[in-house]
Amino acid sequence: MNSGKIVIEAKGIVTRFGERTVHDGVSLHIEENEIYGILGESGSGKSVLMKEMIMLLEPNAGEMMVLGRDLGSISYKEAQQLRREWGVLFQFGALYSSMTIAENIEVQLKEYTNISKEMRDKLVRSKIALVGLDAHVGGLYPSELSGGMIKRAALARALAMEPKLLFLDEPTSGLDPVGARNFDALIVELRKMLGITVVMITHDLDSIFSIVDRMAILADKRVVAEGPLENVLQSQHPFVEAFFKNDYTKEKYHGYLQ
Amino acid sequence: MNREYLSIRENQQQTVLEASGEWTLASVQKIEKLLRCVPVHKKIIWDLSGVEDFDSAGVLLFIEYFERFKKRTDVELTGYTQSQKEMYDLLTEHMVESVPLRKTGFLEELGESTMEVVRDVKDFITFLGHLFSTLFNTIFNPKNIRLKEMVYHIHHSGFNALMIIGLTSFLVGMVIAYQGAVQLAKFGADIFIVDTVGISIVRELGPMITAIVIAGRSGSAYTAEIGAMKITEEIAAMRTMGFDPYSFLVLPRIFALMISLPLLIFFSDMMGIFGGMVASQMQLNISMAQFVDRLYEVLELKHYVLGMIKGPVFAFVIAAVGCFRGFQVSDNTESLGLHTTASVVNSIFLVIAFDALFSVIYTELNL
Repeated sequence: MNSGKIVIEAKGIVTRFGERTVHDGVSLHIEENEIYGILGESGSGKSVLMKEMIMLLEPNAGEMMVLGRDLGSISYKEAQQLRREWGVLFQFGALYSSMTIAENIEVQLKEYTNISKEMRDKLVRSKIALVGLDAHVGGLYPSELSGGMIKRAALARALAMEPKLLFLDEPTSGLDPVGARNFDALIVELRKMLGITVVMITHDLDSIFSIVDRMAILADKRVVAEGPLENVLQSQHPFVEAFFKNDYTKEKYHGYLQ
Repeated sequence: MNREYLSIRENQQQTVLEASGEWTLASVQKIEKLLRCVPVHKKIIWDLSGVEDFDSAGVLLFIEYFERFKKRTDVELTGYTQSQKEMYDLLTEHMVESVPLRKTGFLEELGESTMEVVRDVKDFITFLGHLFSTLFNTIFNPKNIRLKEMVYHIHHSGFNALMIIGLTSFLVGMVIAYQGAVQLAKFGADIFIVDTVGISIVRELGPMITAIVIAGRSGSAYTAEIGAMKITEEIAAMRTMGFDPYSFLVLPRIFALMISLPLLIFFSDMMGIFGGMVASQMQLNISMAQFVDRLYEVLELKHYVLGMIKGPVFAFVIAAVGCFRGFQVSDNTESLGLHTTASVVNSIFLVIAFDALFSVIYTELNL
């Protein structure tokens, strides 16, 4: 499934907040068209690492290449260009509260393209349908939606610019188990349909066992294990032991763990 | 009553404690009183077989006194069940030693708050840098001006403030006239009330009242709006889409206020003078026609212009501080409140400081 082309590469990322070091030499790479999971305990800097990938934060040292561009020396123009090539789904959606769902999805199309109003409407409607929402949701404001609908609407917005790269911050957190599995299925389908690369932060064991192709485990300020599930399970690191080899996981995912 | 939870029997060699009843959150207080009276000079046999219900509060109380007795004497436990043992193990295993107290000395606090002020100033300079680079960018590419947002903010922070500014200015005009009238009447210089009211309102009070009302009304709103967007990650979302928050959020607010504040000052001048007129007529019997005639003679155009020049400056200060404090909000609601307060306090102070600066400049220039 993977073509082997590298989409994101982090080399020796160091991040500090005051005296607290969050990353001390984090290195990983993400290949085209894979679903890549970033795992780790709370406070291990998963979100921070993702924020560094999407240029919300800058690492103190190290190199971050995204879609062939070095984020450390990127120009303003290139950065703006790059921002149109990815979509980001925030943990709590971060839909603009002053706009309707349809306007939220439309906003980037309106700002960055010269597509006609009718065409934009069509695109918005297709995105709403793509993520499995009813058409009437388009006219509602974010405050009128449930948690699951917000996630879907935010995903639709993240897909608005037809990105090749999708960042998801805990996409299934706060969803009911059935909703979470549907969301997983949706992500897999989108990957197949649109040929996108997905980077997701997740704690959800079901997602990890069923849809993630490769993953990185962040602990002790660095990546302690990277690769497909089988490889990660080889690791003897205490976090991996605690996360994957506890009684609950062993019992529930007996089949996978063989 | 006490029988219910704990009975104490003493003999020659030992003390026998028989626990019974419900050791739960509802009863721990009573049980603790009983436990405090237990003599500890002899060996203790603690029998738990009578306990009907143990919740974690009960177990924690038990652990505390168990440890305490153990330090002083021998304790023997009998009659506990397997589930009680498990609960005991669970709670002792996950016991945090003690939460370290955060204690700060006076000097440390002083140093920290000083550093905070220094950091605020530095951050504000960075903010201004961003703002001006966006501003120049926008001036050279006027199509980037967010007209729709700007009009929205002119409506909300300008037009909607007319009522309150009109009323405040009218009252201040009246107060000045009343106070002045008493003094001037002593000298029979009644007509000079027109000079007093006209010049002080147009030159100083009009701009100042307007700026202070707007700082309280719109400066705080800007902080709260931007702060709330920060908490819900809307600003982060904007950044990932390449929408510069400075040109989408800050500039429209600053432009809107810089346009509407001078207009509001004009309105405030009118209402203030009208207030003075009404008071003069009531107090000194100066008719409105007389008042207006005298106003024509004494109120030079320069006073009006000097007052008006302050408008855009005050507007910039209020909007910039409001937006800056909004961006400083971190991801909790408490900081939203703190920064909104700080925003209003800072912008009112800065308005007054700038007003003083203007006075010095005008005086030095003999204006």
